[in-house]
Amino acid sequence: MPTQRLVGSRIREKRLDLGLKQAAVAETVNISPSYLNLIEHNRRRIGGKLIADLARVLKVDVALLTEGADVAVLDKMRGAAASLDIDVEINRSEELAARYPGWSGLIASQARRIEALEEQVRVLTDRMAYDPQLSGSLHEVISAVSAIRSSASILVGPEELDQDWQRRFHTNIHNDSVRLAESSEALINYLEAPDAAIEHASSPFEQVETYLSSVGFHLAALESRDADPRQVVVQAGLGGAATKLLAAVANRYASDAKLLPLKAFEDACRTTGYDPLALAERFEVPMTPVMRRLAQLPPGADHPPIGLATCDAAGALTFIKPVPGFSIPRFGGACPLWPLFGALSRPFQPIRLDVVLPGANPTRLLCYAMAEAKVPAKLNASLVLQSTMIVLPDTAQSEGIPLSVGVSCRICPHADCTSRREPAMMTGQSASVL
Amino acid sequence: MGKRVLLIEDEPNIIEALSFILSRDGWTVHTHEDGATAMEKVIALPPDVIILDVMLPGRSGFDILRDLRGHEVTKAIPVMMLTARGQEKDRDLAIRLGANHFMTKPFSNSDVRDYVRNLMEA
Repeated sequence: MPTQRLVGSRIREKRLDLGLKQAAVAETVNISPSYLNLIEHNRRRIGGKLIADLARVLKVDVALLTEGADVAVLDKMRGAAASLDIDVEINRSEELAARYPGWSGLIASQARRIEALEEQVRVLTDRMAYDPQLSGSLHEVISAVSAIRSSASILVGPEELDQDWQRRFHTNIHNDSVRLAESSEALINYLEAPDAAIEHASSPFEQVETYLSSVGFHLAALESRDADPRQVVVQAGLGGAATKLLAAVANRYASDAKLLPLKAFEDACRTTGYDPLALAERFEVPMTPVMRRLAQLPPGADHPPIGLATCDAAGALTFIKPVPGFSIPRFGGACPLWPLFGALSRPFQPIRLDVVLPGANPTRLLCYAMAEAKVPAKLNASLVLQSTMIVLPDTAQSEGIPLSVGVSCRICPHADCTSRREPAMMTGQSASVL
Repeated sequence: MGKRVLLIEDEPNIIEALSFILSRDGWTVHTHEDGATAMEKVIALPPDVIILDVMLPGRSGFDILRDLRGHEVTKAIPVMMLTARGQEKDRDLAIRLGANHFMTKPFSNSDVRDYVRNLMEA
């Protein structure tokens, strides 16, 4: 059982944190060092008095050793700590999460909220700076004001003005004041459109993902052969660019569903252990639609949680389906070690990789990835690549050493990582930068 | 004939007001409203001072300024930028490209008149 197997890892982590020798801890709790070694490598199950004794020696709550903490909550807490220049005991975040799950959840949810608000501010700032409609309206207002001011100051100036000029400047002021009134009204209407502002405050990708998340990333209406993707788009009620993106997602979903009908696909998933390569072979289809289909399995049907991410050739995330233990930042630079990005350097080559995320309670995941042409190749034109990756719980936990990946450099403790692009901001961690 | 000022601006009422105050100050005022053909107009004249708007139809005032400073006939003509874009980055760009003065809208007539005089005397 993975949870039980990780108890040993947590014990080892806490012992090393405290700088205690294995032999010393073993002696204190009346077991042999070799037995503690087996426990720490998850080769012996423990419980009862022994785990209570170990928790006491390691100065942690028993629950921290037995249950650990929610990885997603921990990621957010560490991200929140790293985002401010305040000295925080990041190495004790797991202890905090285990001991006070309510408060930790609050920190994590506030960090998420701040992230969302910062993204809204970024989008709105971009809008203020680059929105052609806003820029045009402001230019119109300033031009009208400038013309009125210039004409009016001529009229009120000390020098004599003949009647023809007076009439001309009066007429100009009148015309410009009408223009100013109209352009001001248009500007106010534009700025006072709260719905539109909220709608555009998150990116179209995120609007689509939020909608898909609300239906568990499973579009039941598109599972029948005569399904109409347009109905899904209309019912979602998104606007602007998000509608177009959702239409593309729904069309692809419908064609994937025809290629891999749900009932047969679910049966095959169970017999192949959700292995996309085996499924692709069984259905005689490419691996990419199989990976998408795995991420579309209905929630609540006893399937494992399967995350999905796609990116373009520049590594920009174009779709993210998060699952517990798997989070990848859309902005700010994801860890380049994810096989999603590695696949871009090996197009058309399926990749299978065990990965482990850092932390006192390391999360092991199984990833499959493949990059392939997004659209059919054209003569002498550059290939348009898109990489797709799915993430499954690593239940088998193969004996090989998993690849250590992070969320992003800022909160990653791997100091010697050659892929590091910026220093980590973790308390007590050193970091090298290329 | 007085000194020539070329006003490159697309707002008719601003053109009329500035033309009036500069004419009254002794300048021969020429006007041009299209960014795309502004360089041809400058070379054909050429004026003693240029007042140049930034947001013009056809071509940006910044692009015109860059060309002015790169052309043998026009590179030494004093240029005053007159724009609704008053951000620091716009001002920096104008000065970097070789503008002699940068003024934001809405402007004061007397400021425009004084700066144009100064540019001529500098």
